[in-house]
Formats: sequence, C-alpha cells, structure tokens
Amino acid sequence: MNPGEVSRTIGPSRRVFLRNAGALLVGFSMAGRNGRLAAQNPIDPTGLVDATQVDSWISIAADESITVYSGKIEFGNGFSTVQTQLVAEELFVPLSRITVIFGDTGFTPDQGVTSGSQSTVTEFGPGGLRQALDTARDALFQLASLWLDAPTSQLTVQAGVFSVKGGDPSNQVSYGQLLQGKRFNLTVSSTTVPKDPKNYTVLGTSVPRIDLPPKATGQFEYVQHVRLPGMLHGKVVRPPLVGAKVVSVDKGSVAGLPGNIQVVVKNDFVGVVADTEWSAIQAVSALTVAWSGGETLPDQNSLYTWMQQQSSADSLTVNSGDTSQTLSNAARTITAQYSYPFQMHGSLASSCAVADVRGGTGSGATARIWSATQGVYPQRNSVALVLGIPAANIRVTYMEGSGCYGLNGNDSVSFDAALLSQAVGTPVRVQYSRKDEMTSGESFGPAHVTNLSAGVDGSGQMIVWSFEGWSVAKGDRPNATTPGNIISGALAGFPTPPLTPGAATPPTSFSNNTNAAAGYLAGAVAGAAPGGTGTIGSEKVLNHSVASPFFTGPLRSPDRLQNTFANESFVDEVAAAVSADPVQYRLRHLNDPRLIGVLNAAANAASWDTRPSPKQGNPKTGLATGRGISCALYEGDNGYSAMVAEVSVDQATGIVTVTRLVASQDSGPVSNPDGLRNQMEGGALQGLSRAIHEEVTWSAATGAITSLDWRTYPVLQFGDPLPEIVTVLLNPLEVPPLGAGECTITTVAAAIGNAIFDATGVRLRQAPFTPALVLPALTRREGVPRRH
Amino acid sequence: MAQISLIVNGSLYSADVDPTSPLLFVLQDDLKLNGPKFGCGLAQCGACTVLLDGKPIRSCVTPMSTANGHTVTTIEGLGTVDDPHPIQTAFINEQALQCGFCVSGPMLYGKAFIDNQPNATEAEITQALTGLLCRCYAHTRMIKALVRYAKESA
Repeated sequence: MNPGEVSRTIGPSRRVFLRNAGALLVGFSMAGRNGRLAAQNPIDPTGLVDATQVDSWISIAADESITVYSGKIEFGNGFSTVQTQLVAEELFVPLSRITVIFGDTGFTPDQGVTSGSQSTVTEFGPGGLRQALDTARDALFQLASLWLDAPTSQLTVQAGVFSVKGGDPSNQVSYGQLLQGKRFNLTVSSTTVPKDPKNYTVLGTSVPRIDLPPKATGQFEYVQHVRLPGMLHGKVVRPPLVGAKVVSVDKGSVAGLPGNIQVVVKNDFVGVVADTEWSAIQAVSALTVAWSGGETLPDQNSLYTWMQQQSSADSLTVNSGDTSQTLSNAARTITAQYSYPFQMHGSLASSCAVADVRGGTGSGATARIWSATQGVYPQRNSVALVLGIPAANIRVTYMEGSGCYGLNGNDSVSFDAALLSQAVGTPVRVQYSRKDEMTSGESFGPAHVTNLSAGVDGSGQMIVWSFEGWSVAKGDRPNATTPGNIISGALAGFPTPPLTPGAATPPTSFSNNTNAAAGYLAGAVAGAAPGGTGTIGSEKVLNHSVASPFFTGPLRSPDRLQNTFANESFVDEVAAAVSADPVQYRLRHLNDPRLIGVLNAAANAASWDTRPSPKQGNPKTGLATGRGISCALYEGDNGYSAMVAEVSVDQATGIVTVTRLVASQDSGPVSNPDGLRNQMEGGALQGLSRAIHEEVTWSAATGAITSLDWRTYPVLQFGDPLPEIVTVLLNPLEVPPLGAGECTITTVAAAIGNAIFDATGVRLRQAPFTPALVLPALTRREGVPRRH
Repeated sequence: MAQISLIVNGSLYSADVDPTSPLLFVLQDDLKLNGPKFGCGLAQCGACTVLLDGKPIRSCVTPMSTANGHTVTTIEGLGTVDDPHPIQTAFINEQALQCGFCVSGPMLYGKAFIDNQPNATEAEITQALTGLLCRCYAHTRMIKALVRYAKESA
C-alpha cells in the first residue's frame, strides 16, 4: 500500500507518541542535523564514522526509502545485491526501496579492505551491517508498539508497515511515519537476534544482480567515467628496468607538443599531464628520461633454488616435534618439491583513478580521490602521507573498476593521480597503459616453492607430514604508515618496509590462514584441542618468507592457492604410491564432517570412478583422459570446497584440455544461489587459466619484466576450449555464513594436475601446465616411445 | 587537426579533432559514452569494441580518420535499462556478467555474428568470440546468453 494513505488518526496522538518514544527509546535529538538530508548524509567533519551508531549504517526517510552505508564494496561479484537482500530480509522491506552506498570515507563505516572472502562474514557477523539493521528493526518494533498501543509480540510487519496481529487491518503505521525522517540515535546492540535463515524469504533466493542492467547497457559509471570540470589527463613514465632510478628528465623533449604538456618529477616518480589522453600518450612517448641501471634479478630458470638460498623470516603453523623421528620409523616415505610462479591479477582494465587536490600541501590543502581501491580508509590514510595533507582533509570515494582480484594497480594509480593533481593544481585522471599496469602498476601474486615429506605405516595410512615452504614478499597493501608498500609510493620516495629475517617461534595457537597445513593434519598446537580437519598427529609446517625482486600483494586466494596446489597434489601422490583411490584415501585422513561433505558431494556429482591413479590401460600416445580431485577448508576456517577436474592430454603436443570441472561448496547458508554459482564458475575458469597458462616472466640479463601485454602474459581467452562446469551448493542453515569468493579457485590447479597424472602417469609439480612443461615431462616417462 | 564527422548511436558528431586520436578517447571523453572501455589499448582484449557500419572493431586502435564519415554504434546505442535490446536482455537474464567491464566485446562480436548467421551453433558462436578476454571468466554464461539471443532471433 502507499504509506501516504495510512490513516494518521489512529493510535495515540503524535505528540504523546513522541514524548513516550523519546523518553523510552529513541530520543529524537536533532543535534545539529535535522531532517532527511542530514539523516542521509551522516558525515562527520573529522572524517570519522562511528560504527557503533545505528545512524552510521542506516537511514530511513519519510518517503520510506532506505539508505544503507557499508564499508564492504561491490567489485563485480554481486555483493551489493547480497547486502540489499540482507537489508530487505532483516527489515521486511521490498528490495526496490533500498539503496546501498559503499566505500566513501567520511560517509561509510571503516571496515578496512574488502578482501579475503570476508564481506559476508563481516556484514553478517558481530559489529557488521546485520547487527545495525537488527538494532534498527527492534527499535522500530518498540516505536510501533507505542504508536499502535500493542505489545511488540502482537505486531506484524509487512513491507515496512506494522499492524496488530488479528487486529483492525487499517490500524497501521509505517517506518517512515514512525521515524519522520529523523535519526535513530541508538548504539548498535550486540545482543540483537538476526532472522533465522530457515525463515529467509529474500536471502537464499537468486535475486538478480542490481548492477547488471546498467552494465549491460553501457550506462554504468565506472571509475574510468569520472569526468570533472577542468579535468586533465595524466600518464606515468615508469623505470624501464626493475629498481632503476631517475638520473635526469629532459623536459625540453616535450616542448612544442600539443596539449599543454606539464612534466612532474618527484624522486623517481615521473609523469606528464595534458589536456587530452591522446596528447598525454604522445608526450609520454616523446619524453626523454635518463635512468640508472636496474637491480640484479634472479635467473628465472633457477628462481626456486634461489628462493631457498635467501635469508628468510620464518614461522611455524604447527610442529609436533617428532616428525623426523616418525619419518625415519615409517614403513615408507614419499618426498616431493612443488613450485608455483609469480602471477598477475591481470585485471581487464588497466587501472584508472581521478584526483582533485587543492591548495598544495599542508593543513590547508584538501584532496578528493575517486578510486577502485579495495579499501577507501587505508588509501586515505596512506595518501595523507604521500601528499602531506591531513587525512581528515581527504575524501576517497570508491567507484567500481574492472574486477581486481586483489591488489592490482588501483591503489598505485590513485597515488599517481593524487601526485599529478597536487603538482598541477587541477583535477587529473590517470589511465595506465597495459604495460604500466603489468610491469609497474600491480603487485604480483608471489612465487612459492614447497618441500613435502610424508610417511605411511604398513597399512598405507599417513602417520607423518612435513611441509617446508618458501614464498616471496615485497610490500603489501598500503596503509597509514606504508605508502612504500606499492610501487608508486616507493617511486615517490617512501621506503618499502624491508623483510626482517628471523627464526620461527613455536606457534601458540593453530591458525591455518594460508592453508599451509594440509587438510589431513590434526593441527594440534600448544596442548589445545586439535584445530585441523585431519588425523595426522606427527606434523610440521614451516614457512619461510624471503625478499621478492618484484612488488607482491594479495591475489585471489593469496598463498592459499599455491599451498593447496602443493598439498593437494602431494596427498594424491601419496595415495598413488600406496595404490589407493584419491577420494577414499583423503577420506581415511579427514575428520571434519563438512570437508568430508564437500569432497563426497563433488565426487558424487562427477560420478567419480573409484580406483587408484593413474588410470590403467590409458594409451601412452595420442589423447589420454583422466580425472583428479582436490579439496580445502579455505583459510582453515572460511569455506569448504572440493573440485573434480577431468582432462584430456594430447601426448603429442603436451596440450592439456580441461573438459569438465565439478565444484562443490559449503559456506553455510547461501545468500544468493545463482550469484554463488556465478562466483564458482568464474573461480573455476580463472583457476584453470592460472593453472595452465599464467606466469610472469622477466629477463635477468636486462633486468626488465617481459610480461607486458596479453601476448606476453597469455591467459585463457574466448575461443579456447571451455570445460563443462558443474556447481554443487551445500546449504546448511544452522551454521554461520562463511566466505565464498575464493574457495573454488583454490582447488583448481591441484585437481587438474591430479587429473593429468591420472591420464598420463606423469606428476606435474610445477605450474603452469604449459606444453613447454608437459611435453618434456611426458618424454621423461620411462620406457615410453614418443611419436612424432 | 581535421574536421571529422560521424554518426554515433544515431546522432551526428562533427568536430575539429586530431585525426590520429583513437576513436575510443573521443567516444569516452568528448561524447561521454561509458559503453566502450579502455582495457589494453592494443586491440588484445576487446573491451573497447564498437560497431563501425555494423562490423565490430577495436576503437582503441582505430584512428578518428578511419572512423570519419562512418556510423558508430556502442552498446548504449542498442538499448537502455528501461528498453534493452534483446541481446542485452539475454545477458541480463542469464546473469552473464561479473564486473561487466568486458561486455562490449562479447556482446557486439556476438551480435554481429549472430545477426549474420541466425542459425549459428554454440561452437560457431564461441569461435566468433576468439581473441576477446573476460578476466572474471563469465565465459560460459556469456555464451549461454548469446545462444539464447540466437534462438530468440532465429
């Protein structure tokens, strides 16, 4: 019904209602912010948003429209739709009434970065959006109780309108009438009771994505489409070699070019600004910069050996202290080394940002930045150092870019735009070139090398597992003290915090955040109850972090994917060594019912052929087919998934074709089934691309990164063979929701590698599985004549 | 600089511009269109795809001089949120996007191919998209959407 038609003569007088409500509950203090406008614009001059206050999260206008402020952003995975569903569900209102505003400093709560499959966990958990909504809902019930003169237990609410159960149906009051456009003035309660997922009517359904119609019709405004009056176009000029420094910049080399070229230099940061993007591109080509030589890079062919030779910062995930002894007593031991390359986010959009810095530097200056960053507050605090402007004078507004998958160039390009705008005093838009993005914009996913050992008893049961892994790191996400964590901050003169080598100390609790501990380990630490998902009690997981030659940062399933590739390939190797079926062998060592559940779900959906690998009777020439499986509890506590891969290997060419991927997932109650399937399908194919195609390359001879476009960094493209993708959703309603966006990709590489082994008998211990890697491995098979 | 005229989404655009400037920058910055997007600037990904006289081209490497006198259609020219083109409806119904940044490529290459070959098979449609990228990997849904469009328009 139209709330405007609600009779206003029913219930206590407005004056009495207000007096009672004010005294009892809400306290309609105007406090300098009156009416709807203020309620929908809860900016604090300090730039802080008090996340303990309901009004920092939600405002309900007199016209019944609802605005929600969230720190968790949409980056193309559908989370804005899920947040809208959450609001509709907890507040009993139609989706069409809800607007979610996310990622704007001074307007939305500081919820850090949107990453790590934490959006649902955070917003549905303590201190998140749901508690604010439920506090608001409970307050509305209290107000309605006063208005309708009935206890809250007798109230019913539909589409934001209260009435009394079994009462006069015309005796109603709406949210808008109760609040009159005013604020709640309430502290978020930690004791509110969320709706039971069993009663969900909006969550748990495949609500179509709210952002897709404008995206499909070209009307959606991405960060690339921020167009300000007087805005100029900037481009960066990056060191041609890794670590090269500016020797001199010949500004005269661009004199006379069209477009009012300005050249900006700050330490090793070099950029140009011009009237148009095309003029800026031409100026960048013409600008003469003398650079020093670059840093010494390790030879790519011996990277993994080099990594093991570096001094390292060490940590232990688990150490029962007896693995050497148990290994020496085992009936049989198996050892192997796995390695995984540097990879890129390779976002489709070369990153772009717009900045408007006014007043130069210092306390009188201000800055506005439009950025596709994963964290508006961390970027604001970091930019404050870059610009020398107080954080309170800086507003960072999130605008969607293309899918980022982690720390791509979005923060770097934002720094670049801010530096250029500050230097020239006008708004500046910076659009990276493809080469900028790939060689000196984004932070790569780190390379890993892992040595694994397992020992089995006389029955073939694993009794000991030892993991020793090396990974590389340089920088990380930028924050309030470390603009040098990313390349543009470092070029502008801010130090990149060095890696500090150090020995591992005994772990004090079991945390498997990087999935270094395989799912088959008990995870017993410091006498506490085992925190792992498996049964192996003699266990050691030692991690070494070494300094990276390139900037690194979180890339979808950071470290978890690399570690899972090693662990889930290795367990398959052990299963084969004892002639056990890969699924049955995993089940023999798991004790977590939900991990067992997803493993069985994927195997069943794939009609798993129960037998040991490799497949007997497969041809040794021509095409060979096989199947492989893997599974993981993402981050040790944040979503269960399993994957069956079916492959066809052309043994003449070494080309691996994935024909089918069957993915299962248990992340608790599913918020949006179709949205989750979309994420799983994308994760499956992105994982396939990373397993088979993707590797950053460089030249130690020249010191340059040589992956600089889509020809030199090949990925899965349209036109390449696509597997059939099957998704299986487990939907337990009695458990809290867990992460969902990164589970599927985590398990792909191991499942494909295991399927290649099943098909050919060749164990691939290094990714990506390109013909250059696969063909020699096939050739090395003993006694196999090669056909050419 | 040179006087360049073209029809963009049904309207005449005429201006004195650098004839070497890529068409994409004029569409994006001068005409304020959001459909064609800068992905690589190298004709390697397809995010900048527009139809030039009905044929898909990469606007990031197409100079204004080449576009002069021709008809350009971007995805904005197909339909709107309130009145989407059937191919846009197919993409929306199949929920065939994630971030959506790449969509001009698969949508316009798919449309041009299917409009010429309404009875195209799924394999042929897939092949027609060769050389395009979607890094969120919504491939299977986009192909489903195009197959759906083909069926509905056949």
